[in-house]
Amino acid sequence: MATTEAVDVVMPQMGVSVSEGTVTKWLKAEGEQIEADEALLEISTDKVDTEVPSPASGIVTQILVQEGETVEVGTKLAVIGGEAVAAPEAPAEPDAPDPAEAPEAVAQPAESPAPEAAPAGAPEPVRAAAPEPQPAAEPQPAAAAPPDGQQNGKSFVSPVVARIASEHGVDVSSVPGTGRGGRVTKKDILNFVESGGQAAAAAPAPAAPPQEEAPAPVPAAPEPAPAEAPAAPEPAPAPAPAAEAPPPPPPAPSPEPVAATAGEQLEPMTAMRRGIAEHMRRSLDTAAHVTSAIEVDMTRVVAIRDKLKPEYQKTYGVNPTYLIFVARAVVETLKKYPWINGEIRGEQIVTRPWVNLGFAVELADGKGLIVPVVKHSEGLNLLGMAQAVTDIADRARNKKLTPDEVQGGTFTITNPGGYGTFHGTPVISQPQAAILGTYALVKRPWVVQDSFGKDVIAIRPIMNLTLTYDHRLVDGALAGRFLKDLKEALENWDEVSY
Amino acid sequence: MAEMTYLQAISDGLRIEMRRDKRVFVIGEDVGVYGGAFKVTLGFQEEFGPWRVIDSPLSETAIVGGCTGAAIMGMRPVAEMQFADFISCAWDHLVTVAAKQRYRAGTPVPIVVRLPSGGGFSGGPFHSQNPESSFAHIPGIKVVCPATPEDAKGLLITAIEDPNPVLYFEHKHLYRRIKAEVPEERYTVPFGKARVHREGDDLTVVTWGAMVYTADDAAKELEADGVSVEILDLRTLIPWDRKAVLESAQKTSKVLVLHEDTRTGGFGGEIAATIGEEAFEHLDAPIMRIAAPDTPVPFSPPLEKAFIPQVEDVVKGLRELAEY
Repeated sequence: MATTEAVDVVMPQMGVSVSEGTVTKWLKAEGEQIEADEALLEISTDKVDTEVPSPASGIVTQILVQEGETVEVGTKLAVIGGEAVAAPEAPAEPDAPDPAEAPEAVAQPAESPAPEAAPAGAPEPVRAAAPEPQPAAEPQPAAAAPPDGQQNGKSFVSPVVARIASEHGVDVSSVPGTGRGGRVTKKDILNFVESGGQAAAAAPAPAAPPQEEAPAPVPAAPEPAPAEAPAAPEPAPAPAPAAEAPPPPPPAPSPEPVAATAGEQLEPMTAMRRGIAEHMRRSLDTAAHVTSAIEVDMTRVVAIRDKLKPEYQKTYGVNPTYLIFVARAVVETLKKYPWINGEIRGEQIVTRPWVNLGFAVELADGKGLIVPVVKHSEGLNLLGMAQAVTDIADRARNKKLTPDEVQGGTFTITNPGGYGTFHGTPVISQPQAAILGTYALVKRPWVVQDSFGKDVIAIRPIMNLTLTYDHRLVDGALAGRFLKDLKEALENWDEVSY
Repeated sequence: MAEMTYLQAISDGLRIEMRRDKRVFVIGEDVGVYGGAFKVTLGFQEEFGPWRVIDSPLSETAIVGGCTGAAIMGMRPVAEMQFADFISCAWDHLVTVAAKQRYRAGTPVPIVVRLPSGGGFSGGPFHSQNPESSFAHIPGIKVVCPATPEDAKGLLITAIEDPNPVLYFEHKHLYRRIKAEVPEERYTVPFGKARVHREGDDLTVVTWGAMVYTADDAAKELEADGVSVEILDLRTLIPWDRKAVLESAQKTSKVLVLHEDTRTGGFGGEIAATIGEEAFEHLDAPIMRIAAPDTPVPFSPPLEKAFIPQVEDVVKGLRELAEY
């Protein structure tokens, strides 16, 4: 339905634990036509990178948040349809705009042509009758107005200034410029950062002369300070803490930033990398990690896989990998070990009758990891598991996962063995209790019994499995029994019941 | 240490190598009886005899071709072009044979070609050029451009030791004008290692050869304005010290590349492009080039002055960068 009423596009809620998202790319410009459900923009949170579809068909009348900006969930990102409106509201408050009030605000027919540009920061929307698309909006600094009449916000930002600004979370338009035409030079921004400008920049007020309140001097050279989005409250804790999860321990005070030495390259962290970093650290700070390993003779699985493979590939287009067999056996074995599929929630132990199985998937560029979840995997047979895992792994690599698909895992499998490693100690995905590692299938000399009951050495395909568990909840004996049962399930694979 | 002119330092390095290594010989037009057009080899024929200080016919092709053959047979020839400009006659031997012999046949070609180059004394279009970038483009040839007497001696010895064809550009304008203390003993200066001619924090000038001094005079004027200029003397173009250039670019964020050769296709473009590729996020201003305009070198003194970058041109460029 093409709309003449304005429909707001807001930063979607990417799961309970995510409070902000970054606009990475607009796929439509202001003035372009878009259909309902057509991809409008790409966003990045610490959890997933995804596309946001348009909620309606119509003209993209306004883009309110520019690429690279990080905003709270619920912040209005764009307007579809209605009249072109100047003077966006500053997205200061995290309140989601009430859809009910949107039509009232902008959908009235224009009474008279009033094509003058609205002054920035005008408190109410001004109707502009001009039907042609507005030129692409200037990046709007979050701060209310450019400081004291300077042109900084509009003048050229050099690469080094842009980099320093992003490293320190400084809004360049709040830095007094001394370069040609008021341009902010490298020296200007370094002086600004050194004199505590960072705090000033985060405040919405126009930057006063840099304050002296921050006593710690910052080295003059640009440093790789962990980049944080300006005015963002705190990176949201990443994957799926339960509602009552205890607050994460306060981050350790960051060490004095170190200046880059010659030859070192600096690059900003992506939202995903920040999320991974925060989650890995928090998991190690939370759980008492212990790892046990077991060797599994995969002879039977190999034989069955060889038999199934042509049919699976030809008929269903999926590959019955060893990982699928392991996953299937894990789900069965977990039925007997609810704590290993459980979690500690406050003072209580949570167990459940389902298994939401997470799979660690490396992104195609090698620069990130995502853990999509196969929900209710207890209901899947081997073929169903193969289809589900193929599907989520493909979509994870192509960034097509929906937020819900990386939430709610109860147990995770990671498969670093693809590169030939035979042992590892993965980090548990919080708030789960354990993570299983699968490693390379290797032919080894193996002691088996011949038909006379005598020991002989045979060549057998052996796979190591590790269970890394939270010793707060899972004791070593329990983990050992789980691994033993899992081993037996794999070694004595029962084609009928699996 | 002894005080030597740039020219004396070249002679000194050459003499040391000829005394030390019997494989080293000199060949060129008038290098023997006359002692060379600029007297670099004055007295060499008396000391080393006519078989090691060879007066050649007026044929650069023969000189470089002969050197290539001698080098393949195990000698260490040092050829002199009377003027660098004449090397174009030997292009085929240098570029097609000498530069590629090692690649094609595994045979090293340890020849040095001395190239009196540069202008500033009304030598006109045939006696004033700086053709270094043409050869920097040819894989297999090394390109050396000393600016100081100490480097002139050390780089020449390194060039003679090097198993590859080395083009040794000696700037005529520096021959007798530049004097400095030079170690009397034998020493080498490594290829691919820039020299910080002047340390500074605000702007970087990357240059070589005679322009080092032009840049230095300009930097002194900028210093009076309170702007501190770092001057990097590359010393060798092939190989060139990318690391030093990128480090300085990262430090100052504003770079001027200066050379006496003409602008289009000059080696400065390679340096500017590398900085753009590898230090983009450290730049606070466009990378600036100052070079000669794309014309032959004029004969007339006022025109030549307008052609070769002068101190005031560099001062103007540096001020623009400082104010950017």
